[in-house]
Amino acid sequence: MVSKVSALADAGLESDHTVASVISVENLVHRYESRTALNGVSFEVRPAELFGLLGPNGSGKTTLFRILSTLMIPTAGRALVMGCDAAQDPASLRRQIGVVFQAQSVDAKLTAYENLWHQGHLYGLRGSALKKRVEEILTRVGLADRAKERVETFSGGMQRRIELAKGLLHHPGVLLLDEPTTGLDPGARRDLWQYLQILRDEEHVSVLITTHLMEEAERCDRLAILNEGNLVALGTPAELKSEIGGDVIMLDAAHDAASLADHIRARFHVEATVLGNQVRIEREGGHRFVPDVVEAFPGEILAISVSKPALEDVFIHRTGHKFWSEEREPNSEPKKKKRR
Amino acid sequence: MATQATTLERPIGRSASAGVTLPAFTLWWREIVRFYRQPTRVVGVLASPLVFWLVIGSGFGTSFRSGGGPGQQHYLDYFYPGALIMIVLFTSIFTMMSVIEDRKEGFLLSVLVAPVPRTAIVLGKVMGGTTLSAIQGMIFLIFAPFAGVHLQLLSVLLVAVVVFLVSFSLTALGFAIAWPMDSSQAFHGIVNLFLIPLWLLSGALFPLAGASGWIRIIMRLNPLTYGVEGLRSLLYPGAETSFPLPTAMATLALFSLLMFGLALLMANRRSTRPAA
Repeated sequence: MVSKVSALADAGLESDHTVASVISVENLVHRYESRTALNGVSFEVRPAELFGLLGPNGSGKTTLFRILSTLMIPTAGRALVMGCDAAQDPASLRRQIGVVFQAQSVDAKLTAYENLWHQGHLYGLRGSALKKRVEEILTRVGLADRAKERVETFSGGMQRRIELAKGLLHHPGVLLLDEPTTGLDPGARRDLWQYLQILRDEEHVSVLITTHLMEEAERCDRLAILNEGNLVALGTPAELKSEIGGDVIMLDAAHDAASLADHIRARFHVEATVLGNQVRIEREGGHRFVPDVVEAFPGEILAISVSKPALEDVFIHRTGHKFWSEEREPNSEPKKKKRR
Repeated sequence: MATQATTLERPIGRSASAGVTLPAFTLWWREIVRFYRQPTRVVGVLASPLVFWLVIGSGFGTSFRSGGGPGQQHYLDYFYPGALIMIVLFTSIFTMMSVIEDRKEGFLLSVLVAPVPRTAIVLGKVMGGTTLSAIQGMIFLIFAPFAGVHLQLLSVLLVAVVVFLVSFSLTALGFAIAWPMDSSQAFHGIVNLFLIPLWLLSGALFPLAGASGWIRIIMRLNPLTYGVEGLRSLLYPGAETSFPLPTAMATLALFSLLMFGLALLMANRRSTRPAA
């Protein structure tokens, strides 16, 4: 299979045709009754890569995850994992993947050991080989001493580690994770990410992970950003951020953001985007621009901030609106703002 | 396809095919373990048969004191096979509520993405439910002497076969009903709508011979009738029954196959709708 370089992919793809893709999504479309959840998405995941699917809720990433994990067949297009078609040949595909769901899939009434024992049987492992592997993976996720305890007595972080152990028990080459850090405290979240990086580096597992958190997306080797079923960006976090010219300047308008933006465009010949009551400008040397703009419109600007571009700026740059809607600010994203 | 040229030195071949037996066994065993880890369920299973039989049987027995009633029996004796079938019916169908729970709790998802044939999933779940309800049905046989029944070993074995067939077919039916559902309330609704009338018209409460025209046709078409009548002819060898035992057993076997086929059909559907 020759890697097709889509129009969007050129941001992140040096055209290296010798590297086969582990996951290949080709023009994938999915419609629920009235809503289009995926609108022709294409990308590829390379071997031993930590690939992130970033998007706000409802962007289509869970739909994509369901298709890749063979839980649902797409309306149109193709999804391949290790060359197996998710719609045509789910049985072969299932052998290649380990899956960690957002929801808990461990049986709380069973012990950690029993959960993994059943899981092993589903993948054809048995007997002493299975026993050895279960002990190995429990040690790996740091739960060997709790093996005989029921999962219902575990903390959220420990339950997640059992989920991960379930997904990795059969040595899959590809690991799919759907928002695996939901409900975890920062420490447990960091542990999980560290473990994913170890998997990639030491066992060359290819990882596809969905997230709606910018700070998690920053840790990925490459990212696909989804918005309303469309792929809006594809590339490494650094590449994506570098496409934004210089700094990002945000102005809080005192009266009307739209007219302020008009005036700024007219006066400084820059592109200015209106986001609610704010005006957003991308510009080289933002700190030098600040005094000019403040002096030019006295009384019109309540606050002004200059920052280095973050992934959220990439999202705004590509879509023209914020990652989170106005009433729902990101709860876990400390943004470095210089208020003046 | 150049995609195989990646990082597959890992021993994936070992897990290439899980077959049907191993996953089915593991899903069956999980049902059993989950059952005895929930003490209230165990108590319910052991106590409910006795309560049903004594309460309903005694109540009816005194209400309809028909001189030399059906089969020249005391009503409590007449009602015994029907009570056994009712126990099996309820346990079989309601154990399959676990299909809905598994789907909600996410366990089912991890089974669905594993390289396991759907046949194994159906077989494991259905055999799990069958085991529990058949055991419950057989426990009820302990009360047989109080219903004037004295069983030979051969009869016990044949009773076990009938109980197994009824359990299996009804559990498979329960699976087929539960599979596409996302709430246990909906499941209850369907079950109450169809299954209670099915039981009422199975000869459990009143004999086929005494029923009028169309009711009688329904009773003849009702697979449960064959369970009740089959049991009656085994438990009370002298009693009048509407079908010979082989007919009853053959019908139950056919019904089991049909229901298992239905369950397979449901589980093998793949759709563009989310699985959970």
